[in-house]
Amino acid sequence: MGRTLFLALGIFLTIACSVTGLVILPNWQFQGLKPVTKKDGVKYPMPYFGDNHKGRAEYISHGCIYCHSQQVRMKGYGADIRRGWGTRRSVPRDYIYDYPHQLGTMRTGPDLANIGARQPSRDWHSLHLYDPQITSPGSVMPRFYYLFDEVKQGESPRAGAIKVPDGYPNRGSVVAIVPNERGEQLIAYLKWLNQSFPLPEAQQ
Amino acid sequence: MNVVNSPTEEIRARIEADSSARVVVTLYWASALFWLTFATLAGLISSIKLHSPDFLNYEWLTFGRIRPVHWDTAIYGFGGLAASGTLLWLQARLCQVKLPFRGPLIIGGILYNLGMVLGVIAVLAGYSTGVETLEFPVWAMTFLVLPFVVIVIANFTMYARKKTQHTYVSQWYLMAVTVWFPVLVLSAEACINFGAVDGVAQAIANWWYGHNVVGLFATPTGIAAAYYLIPKVIGKPIHSYHLSLVGFWTNAIFYNWAGTHHLTGGPLPAWTITVGVVGSMMMFIPVITIGINHHMTMLGSFHLLKTSPTLRFAVMGSMMYTVASFQGSLEALRTHQEVTHFTHYTIGHVHLGMYGFFAPLMFAMMYYAMPRLMRQEWSSARLIRIHFWCTLVGTALYGGAMCFAGVKQGLMMNDPAIPFLKVVEFTIPFLQLRTLAGLILLSGTMAFLINFGRMMARHKLTFADPTLFTSERNWDALLEEEQKV
Repeated sequence: MGRTLFLALGIFLTIACSVTGLVILPNWQFQGLKPVTKKDGVKYPMPYFGDNHKGRAEYISHGCIYCHSQQVRMKGYGADIRRGWGTRRSVPRDYIYDYPHQLGTMRTGPDLANIGARQPSRDWHSLHLYDPQITSPGSVMPRFYYLFDEVKQGESPRAGAIKVPDGYPNRGSVVAIVPNERGEQLIAYLKWLNQSFPLPEAQQ
Repeated sequence: MNVVNSPTEEIRARIEADSSARVVVTLYWASALFWLTFATLAGLISSIKLHSPDFLNYEWLTFGRIRPVHWDTAIYGFGGLAASGTLLWLQARLCQVKLPFRGPLIIGGILYNLGMVLGVIAVLAGYSTGVETLEFPVWAMTFLVLPFVVIVIANFTMYARKKTQHTYVSQWYLMAVTVWFPVLVLSAEACINFGAVDGVAQAIANWWYGHNVVGLFATPTGIAAAYYLIPKVIGKPIHSYHLSLVGFWTNAIFYNWAGTHHLTGGPLPAWTITVGVVGSMMMFIPVITIGINHHMTMLGSFHLLKTSPTLRFAVMGSMMYTVASFQGSLEALRTHQEVTHFTHYTIGHVHLGMYGFFAPLMFAMMYYAMPRLMRQEWSSARLIRIHFWCTLVGTALYGGAMCFAGVKQGLMMNDPAIPFLKVVEFTIPFLQLRTLAGLILLSGTMAFLINFGRMMARHKLTFADPTLFTSERNWDALLEEEQKV
């Protein structure tokens, strides 16, 4: 029995060490991270609120993370910055309000850490989510048509509708699209994603 | 302690252990095969979607939902149940005791399956937690964790009652699984889904878990199976006891720390990544020692691969363990990650590990144990042959296509002069090859399912000899004969 106990304790110790090292310690290290106040008095980062908060839930629910990362690697490591995915590397402070985190480990599609800065237009996001082939021909992203109401030919125009371009081959009788509630929320979240504020620790 | 002395007593103890485990282990393995088929189908759908995005494009089946369902059913459904069945059967056999708590274990198996169904529906309906490999909501995960309480208690009970004097290598690994898995899942759930940890620290905890659920659960069970099956089938002892000791403890110490390489280049302090890289490099020690032990035991017995289905799957598994582990360690290096991180290379590696190493060892286990549990032989050697070649060819094609495409994809992404959509365009033929590999793997699974199903149907087909690759068995003729009797 003594040997069994030794075996079980030894095994337990191995995992206890790594829980301490990789779960508890990092949490301690980052617990004190606070937002910084910009010159205009606005804080960065800011907690998610309203539509961008709900949009984040849509992002998670549709599993965007399985193709899109949200992290910019530092200059000289990969080509994230040269590709224009960000102006600086991402740092822990950028993520203090991220729960659950959506850092991602796959780039079947481009990084989205700064998509709000790169694509600030609601129209672009709407067309891209409705059918990626409109804005990015050759993309393998699925069409998120269920996040939109379609305005067909002959129907009365609607406020906030976005015209589907004439050259779009699959338009059928659809002349315009309007993001539904979930669509608007997801777009609000995507437009919110922006790490361009130059945090001091990201300059080192 | 009752020590078994004579060979007849030992055989009797073995038969008693087998018949006591019949219902429980068969339930676990049959469910594991169901989830393997489900996971393979979900993987196939995900794969097709990546080159033909309009395929089954409904909200519930969108790539971002069917893809996590694929992984969760593969690791928890197939992996969890196949490994639990292996654990219970192997421990009962090696301790030469009857399987205890059979009633609770059966209820546990049913609860586990229920949890899987709930989890799959939750993710497809959009209620994923958003944390990779822990997508199932806590209420579904609970059904997966509860049965483990019984499995852990059963394991320790068998160990305490064991009638053998020594402890075999496989038993160390099984013991380790039962200590690690509860700690792993409970701390991950507590820290990730109950909100004790957030932001970047959550990402570290996430990948500590994501890497360890493979390394501290699937891997040890796979190694335990290889340590049991290879010497058993060829009738030679393990090459070196001392090496297995070194292999076990170095694996236990270093694997734990390797997970953070999944975040290389990410917004984390350098020390966390360095720890992951060091852990991954140190893994060369257990991998090499375990490799030497398995392969040196096989040395001189390779001709048996021609006849024994169990051995063929077990050796494929143990060889792929060496290959996939070397690949994994090198992959953790920063220079390597600069190219292959965020690409299909990682996906290729995971499949080499799960479908090249873990799954064949579980298949080997089932091919070996099922005839002993059911007291009935496999009906068709041809179906086993089809299963084997589909597994080997499918995994090789999958791993080859994805790893090659991944390197090129990474190099292209690191060249900002190449537009992103050109990178996507480059990967498409390889993604189509992957779909082909998925189809091959699915065909193999189907062949196994037919053989397994026939055994379940319990036609009283008894054979004097085991089914080997050299056996010629004709199912139809046998059925006819049975009807005459």
